[in-house]
Amino acid sequence: MILPRSRFPAGILVAIALLVLLVAWSFTVGRFAVAAGDVVRVLWASLFGEESGLARNVDAIVLQVRAPRVVAALAVGAALAAAGAAYQNLFRNPLVSPDILGVSAGCALGAGIAVLASLPIGAIQAFAFVGGLIAVGLVVAIGTWIGGRDPVLTLVLTGVVVGSLFGAGIALVKYVADPYNQLPAITFWLLGSFTGALPRDLPATIVPIALSVAVLWLLRWRIDVLALSEDEARSLGVNVKHLRIAIIVAATLATASAVSLAGTIGWIGLLVPHAARLLTGAAFARLLPLSLVLGAGFMLAVDTACRTMFATEIPPGVVTAFVGTPVFIALLAVAFRRAS
Amino acid sequence: MTLAARALDFGFRGHRVGHGVDLEFPAGEIVCLLGPNGSGKTTLLRTLLGLIAPLAGDVTLDGRSLEAWPGRERATRLAYVPQAAQSYFDFSVLEMVQMGRTAHRGVFAVPGERDRELALASLARLRIAALAERPIHRVSGGECQLALIARALASEARHLLMDEPTANLDFGNQALILDEVARLKASGAAVLFSTHHPDHALRIADRVVMLRDGKVLAAGHAGDTINSQNLSALYGRPIDVAEVVSPDGVRRRTCVARELPPMH
Repeated sequence: MILPRSRFPAGILVAIALLVLLVAWSFTVGRFAVAAGDVVRVLWASLFGEESGLARNVDAIVLQVRAPRVVAALAVGAALAAAGAAYQNLFRNPLVSPDILGVSAGCALGAGIAVLASLPIGAIQAFAFVGGLIAVGLVVAIGTWIGGRDPVLTLVLTGVVVGSLFGAGIALVKYVADPYNQLPAITFWLLGSFTGALPRDLPATIVPIALSVAVLWLLRWRIDVLALSEDEARSLGVNVKHLRIAIIVAATLATASAVSLAGTIGWIGLLVPHAARLLTGAAFARLLPLSLVLGAGFMLAVDTACRTMFATEIPPGVVTAFVGTPVFIALLAVAFRRAS
Repeated sequence: MTLAARALDFGFRGHRVGHGVDLEFPAGEIVCLLGPNGSGKTTLLRTLLGLIAPLAGDVTLDGRSLEAWPGRERATRLAYVPQAAQSYFDFSVLEMVQMGRTAHRGVFAVPGERDRELALASLARLRIAALAERPIHRVSGGECQLALIARALASEARHLLMDEPTANLDFGNQALILDEVARLKASGAAVLFSTHHPDHALRIADRVVMLRDGKVLAAGHAGDTINSQNLSALYGRPIDVAEVVSPDGVRRRTCVARELPPMH
């Protein structure tokens, strides 16, 4: 624990300051470089409805191209990390990710079906969102029906089974898809991308994410108690059943919103909360803010790298995996070796 | 303030583990639950805590059926102290102990100044205040068990139900936990604890309940009930209760399993 309770306020301020710098950097770099001072002027002017006095194309790049993309990356990263942090406490397992209950597979199948039906982009996002909710609803319904001595384990196993069922559905969709138009679109979607982040789509994503995070924040102390064994949580007076559903709904809403905007981007929801917990411990009042900041920052850094590293953009899902794998192995080595 | 079971059948999912248990557990007493593996100690404890519903009969707290108590109110009367064997997430000892305050606060609450003070006071009562900021998984097994007892104290519950609090601890830590539990009684707490060591009951318990195959084999005053005949019947092999005199002249009773004659 590098950031215990006493040092946390300072730590989170440093993290936020770094995030602000990262945002500034992300605005300036790209195919068309914009000076940091100009970015500030354009944003300042648009905030107060004034003219920036700069060339029209600078205004357009900052406000129409980069701003929605930056905001989308921040929101998606924060949402996936928050959902992952909540799930890791809820399932008492540090290696759980937001898609443990099949939300990503459900979103992907929903999006795939929409692509197959040649629906417009807005409908693809809506289908993805609903698909994710259906998958998790199915998992919770089946898990509750089966019951068992360890409801958490039942849920996780059901999630694996339903996830692979939806995975088979995705495989079928890809198999029957038109290989020249639809298949690339589906594959593209499965690897994630922020190129489709349009200003008008953002509220539909950010509002549910903000709501979910607010619910998780309000329940922060109860989420700590849920990280104990079920018997302990119940004997401490927590209504485990209701609380678990509330957290699953909140985390699913956040994840489905993120996935419906940017596709299935792996690793963030697993890696970021795990790193945040190593930094500041499991107390959700610290874990959630730190996960939000780190998740937003990691996602933005990855997406900025994706659009600037090569002549053509590369999918962020690929980069998160390339970066995530070695980082995660390092985290495991640090945590497990220190424990032994 | 009494926790009592009347004609209690207990078990889970229709599978009956125990049958016809009567017991009374008033405030200010230490009661020890003895029984071999699989005798139903843990299931009985979970039933007495209201974590699983009785299959028949009733568990009452202050004369009112446990199921009629609202969950949060019940949690301020009955506290569960689990074994310190499980691995916890990365909480500090103080954060762990503060969780004992959960039932006193609303769903959206966070621990306040008074919760913090009570948690620190509980740690101080068990003489582990110095561990407050240490991560719970970095303290010894004995210290972790004390922290879990401190959490129960922070809940202000008068009845503490402990599931084998001395299991998985070394000899010195077992004595430490027993002594601290004995000290709790002086402040009016009632403790029900299960153990595999009848010596632990002789050391601190007022009464013992012997459970075998889900039925009460014997119950009563610890000194009288823990005898060779009852123990032998309980564990299914000959056990003696011997008296030892320590160098300072104190007489204590201890239980010794008799060795079976060698086979020829």
